[in-house]
Amino acid sequence: MKRSTLLGWVIFAFGATYFILPLLATFEFSLRMLRGQYSFEAYSVVFGDAQFRATFLYSAVLALVTIVLGALVVVPTAYLVRLRLPHLRGLVEFVTLLPLVVPAIVIVFGYLRLYNSSSWLPLTGSDAATNALLAFGYVTLALPYMYRTVDTGMRAIDVKTLTEAAESLGASWSTIMLKVILPNVRSAVLAGAFLTFAIVIGEFTFASLLNRPAFGPYLQLMGANRAYEPSALAIIAFLVTWACMGLIQIFGRKRGAITVP
Amino acid sequence: MYFLEIHNIQKSFGDHVAVHNFDFAAYRGEFVSLLGPSGCGKTTVLRMVAGFERQTAGTVSLDGKDISQLPANQRNVGMVFQAYALFPNLTVAQNIAFGLKIAKRPAGEIAVRVREMLDLIKLPALGDRYPFQLSGGQQQRVALARALAVKPKMLLLDEPLSALDAKIRVALRDEIRSVQRELGITTLFVTHDQEEALSISDRIVVMSAGRIEQIGTPFEIYNRPRTRFVASFVGVLNLLEGRITDPTSGRIEVDGRELVVAGGFPKGQAGDAATLALRPEAITIGSGGEGANHLDGHVEDVGFQGSVVRIRVRCNDRMISLDSFNSRAAPPPERGTPVTLSFSHDVQVLEPA
Repeated sequence: MKRSTLLGWVIFAFGATYFILPLLATFEFSLRMLRGQYSFEAYSVVFGDAQFRATFLYSAVLALVTIVLGALVVVPTAYLVRLRLPHLRGLVEFVTLLPLVVPAIVIVFGYLRLYNSSSWLPLTGSDAATNALLAFGYVTLALPYMYRTVDTGMRAIDVKTLTEAAESLGASWSTIMLKVILPNVRSAVLAGAFLTFAIVIGEFTFASLLNRPAFGPYLQLMGANRAYEPSALAIIAFLVTWACMGLIQIFGRKRGAITVP
Repeated sequence: MYFLEIHNIQKSFGDHVAVHNFDFAAYRGEFVSLLGPSGCGKTTVLRMVAGFERQTAGTVSLDGKDISQLPANQRNVGMVFQAYALFPNLTVAQNIAFGLKIAKRPAGEIAVRVREMLDLIKLPALGDRYPFQLSGGQQQRVALARALAVKPKMLLLDEPLSALDAKIRVALRDEIRSVQRELGITTLFVTHDQEEALSISDRIVVMSAGRIEQIGTPFEIYNRPRTRFVASFVGVLNLLEGRITDPTSGRIEVDGRELVVAGGFPKGQAGDAATLALRPEAITIGSGGEGANHLDGHVEDVGFQGSVVRIRVRCNDRMISLDSFNSRAAPPPERGTPVTLSFSHDVQVLEPA
């Protein structure tokens, strides 16, 4: 084996150990709920907890709403920026990156100040409105990931020419969007969607400060009061995230080109 | 009665005027090429006809109807792009059916039309393939079928052959022309390739810097270029600058030799500068007999091009190119050989720039 190859494997092993060891330790700890034996008791307790099911379902539904809203905002925006407003590209990229720079706690305090029950738009005045506010907040939070994946997807196709080809065949803007653009950036939108799902499912700050029964605050609550269940929840959360990443890989895979002589 | 009338259209992008007063009309069923170098405004004209660009001034009429203000999706004009622009998520058949579905045609009619189009482009078995499974030439044929499936009033071709290799380009060029003739559809074809334009068109519009330089049949454009630009852009041309000595009898002095131009110089006077334009195939080596113009020089270079041999002869300070047919019996002259060039009095005189 070449020296450089060996060094590569050593570095890889070190990195893998660094990331996998804590996970293995957490997993091992989560199996030790029953004294003196390994079992999935902690998982059984977690899955049997009605609050777990309720909070997970709440976050999952909110994640789906966030994905739909995000796609409705991001896909037309990225399309218009590519097609008609390329000079605004830098500005739009800057705006979409802001949620990475501005901490979530600052955003949520801004929301509370703007939309409190005595403001002109009291979105925190009712459960339904607060849920909507949380979904809007999550759209903001997921914006950098959603915009980047969709924009990259659009870069891979010739948006302008495809639009013009469809127009010359009589297609309206809505038809072009639904039948030409969206199907061709589907894998990019799905990649953004899975990233959004992974972010929303474990989000704590927004949900906690807006007092919503989401999975993030539930994780925190369990972590503060139980010993083994938080480890099981951590592993479950990892698995959900990894499943999302795996789905990104599957949907993001390009079709192989076949050349016909 | 013209079918397509482009009346004095202009297009400006900010301060830059891309197209100046473009005025042109085409008959029904005519195949017209817009020919010119990159950036001359030919694609902009095509895009204004298609509705992708809105003209700054002027009007576009199709079949007697002003379409200047109509959006692209209501013009019923088929377009084929250089980059094929097939929808990657749809099969060949679905691509061809796209416009028909938009027009809400019955499913049975769509199926029949798709089959007709696949037969027309000679790809009857490839309906289920995706664009990425086709070669460039096949993709462009599908793009042509897709544009024609909706029975457009007119066909616009934006450099459709530029992305293809030479052999396929020539084959597809002939195929496009044959399909166009078969359907009798009025066609506007944009190209920067003069050979392509000359071989395929009924008429050619030569453009430069956003203006029309000349409109004419390929024969007229090649043999009677009206401006220095057309002369230099279309084919190889030898330009001989001289001074008119007798405008009535058509005498002109070039490099100290008197030449005669049939028809004289009706717009010129003795002492005026004038430019003669000569195609390489109009010049022969040898005295050419009585009544021919002559120039003397030395062979500088001989280029073998298969059926044709291009010989470059230095006459004083100017280089003159001439073409002769390849012949096994008469090999081309060696470099440095002194030769006399001759050409007839029927010489093209270029209008001053």
